[in-house]
Amino acid sequence: MTSHSPGLLWGLIVAIGLGTWLTRLSFLALLARVERVPPAAARVLRLIPAAVLAALILPALTHATGEFDLGTDRLAAGAVAALVAWHTKSVLATIAVGMAVLWALQAIG
Amino acid sequence: MATSARREAFLSGVRAIAPILLGVFPFGVIAGVAAIEAGIGPLQAIAISPIVFAGASQLAAIDLIARDAAPLVIVLTALVINARFAMYSASLAPSLRDLPLRTKAPAAYLLTDQAFAVSVLHFDRHPADLATTAAYYFGSAIPLWVTWQVSSVVGVVIGSGVPAEWSLDFAIPLVFMALLFPAVKDRGTRVAALVAGIAAVVLIGLPLNLGLLAAAALGITAGVVSEVRT
Repeated sequence: MTSHSPGLLWGLIVAIGLGTWLTRLSFLALLARVERVPPAAARVLRLIPAAVLAALILPALTHATGEFDLGTDRLAAGAVAALVAWHTKSVLATIAVGMAVLWALQAIG
Repeated sequence: MATSARREAFLSGVRAIAPILLGVFPFGVIAGVAAIEAGIGPLQAIAISPIVFAGASQLAAIDLIARDAAPLVIVLTALVINARFAMYSASLAPSLRDLPLRTKAPAAYLLTDQAFAVSVLHFDRHPADLATTAAYYFGSAIPLWVTWQVSSVVGVVIGSGVPAEWSLDFAIPLVFMALLFPAVKDRGTRVAALVAGIAAVVLIGLPLNLGLLAAAALGITAGVVSEVRT
């Protein structure tokens, strides 16, 4: 549960929303002037989703209890879900299998 | 430009995005539930989706808000996740360049991974005049917007009613997983993902929840180095 005040949360939401919209608008609005994305920027931008998503996922599995622990139900369920995600690339199938395996393990556990 | 041709293009866009909406819906529900579980009020939890309209960044920001992370870190993390939109913006720009700014502004607001993927493929295969191209883009982008808003409101409404034993928060890393694999497509992205993932585990204790940003920076650097050396 957050202890950030509602006022601060409004500020955060609006700042993220405005920054995101300006990012989306960037080259759509500018490309009449800038002929193409600088290659160095393109190289970095291309790698961002892979890096950020991996950095979001792995700690959620290795630190499921708050401490480093490789024996949790969540890590096991996450490993199975990763195989499903890899094969199907489907959000629905990944959530369904991952949650089902977690619930099964918790029921046995 | 006949209205019927524009309408036809809009509907083609709708048809192309339709199967994808099925996967967006549970993602939106989870975003709504997660906001409530983080202790965000219902009004703000609902407002996040139309104001930000970017699922992965919403979930990451909500996660950081729940942990009382520093405000600047929350905003930076969300904007780094959304930096990929600059890339999409650049890819679509040649097709939509001649639109007036008053049309570009909402077009940009509606830009998502899915609308981009569907549109860029279509523009490549079916070059057309500006009005038809724009109609197709909005046809693919608007249904996703509607789906996202409806599904996240559903999530906010059921939010506090979900028992903790259901471990629904586990759906967040699962959603990210389904997004990760399509993003890993060659050596550079593989190295970036591997290094960032491991770094995030090692750096989890970093103050101000800076671990994610630091890990992403390390992963991207490693990815660039691996590409330059080959």
